[in-house]
Amino acid sequence: MYYIDPHIHMVSRTTDDYETLAKMGCVAMSEPAFWAGYDRGSVDGFRDYFEQLTSFEPKRAADYGIQHFTWLCINAKEAENVELSREVIAMIPEFLDRPGVLGIGEIGLNKNTRNEATVFLEHLDLAMKTNEQILIHTPHLEDKFQGTRMILDMLIGDSRIDRTRVLVDHVEEHTISMVLDEGFWAGMTLYPVSKCTPARAVDMIERFGPERLLVNSAGDWGPSKPTAVPDLILEMRRRGHSEKAIRRVVYDNPIEFFSQSRGFVFDAPE
Amino acid sequence: MSTETSSQEILEREFLLVRAKILEIAASLDRIGRAPGDAAQDGRLELLQTAIEKLLEENPKQNSERAKQIQLLFSRPYDKQWKTTLELTR
Repeated sequence: MYYIDPHIHMVSRTTDDYETLAKMGCVAMSEPAFWAGYDRGSVDGFRDYFEQLTSFEPKRAADYGIQHFTWLCINAKEAENVELSREVIAMIPEFLDRPGVLGIGEIGLNKNTRNEATVFLEHLDLAMKTNEQILIHTPHLEDKFQGTRMILDMLIGDSRIDRTRVLVDHVEEHTISMVLDEGFWAGMTLYPVSKCTPARAVDMIERFGPERLLVNSAGDWGPSKPTAVPDLILEMRRRGHSEKAIRRVVYDNPIEFFSQSRGFVFDAPE
Repeated sequence: MSTETSSQEILEREFLLVRAKILEIAASLDRIGRAPGDAAQDGRLELLQTAIEKLLEENPKQNSERAKQIQLLFSRPYDKQWKTTLELTR
């Protein structure tokens, strides 16, 4: 089955992973901008990173027949540095019209601080000014519930936001309803330890239905599995779900969401 | 969106997996108990115990919400006044 991974950090993965994903049916992926594993020292560090996301990674993906799309931002962790964040936000428009750029992301909160919230709001301003879609990171572990509520407060408080163009990612059992009930898209990240397993994700698909739901591997520097979406496909088959139902979640839904971006030029496989 | 699988079929499919996970938890708690030091004073151990007790709660309304309840147990609380608390000017 063809599938699309809507959230995967290929800069942290070897080229072998592209080969494996291609063999497993991945035809496209979207890669949000994230933390490098250390705090970058200057806006030029981000400029180089955006160059990598918009030039090098699409070429590396194309060698394996995978279409690569990307998002731009300063991530929530580095957003604690407001001065640097403002320099990065001012620089982002240099890249917004590059092929494959889908919007602003993954913005969000990390430890739910004032500086992170300030930078989140300033990213929203940019997204509204240039009519971008938005991809949002919700915090990890004990910070997730509080942070997701805070993020939703900021989104709901802004009448410019079209909720159908916003993806709130890394939802789990205690945050999924609040995101879906408010009309946003919700993404479930399939990590072996710190987020959701394929089985729990399928539970949520069964309970809430497939509408406005995405699943991703968020292949990352830390413990993660870039083949997690195929794991979910297998779990859904194991439970007797139809190929049509599975394809809705892993292929049709990403296309429906990303098609709202001017940068999403997708060549559907035959 | 569900399939027609019965609870008996799910138990059949998942029994060994759950058994393995319970053994992992038991082994971790044994490991902590055997080791020198005083982890008993660490609030996280009490949190783990409360979470384990939640699994056995006989509340029909919450019986299919154990995962959510345990997620909330491990979560920092939400403050409705967070914007004021953080002095966010926007």
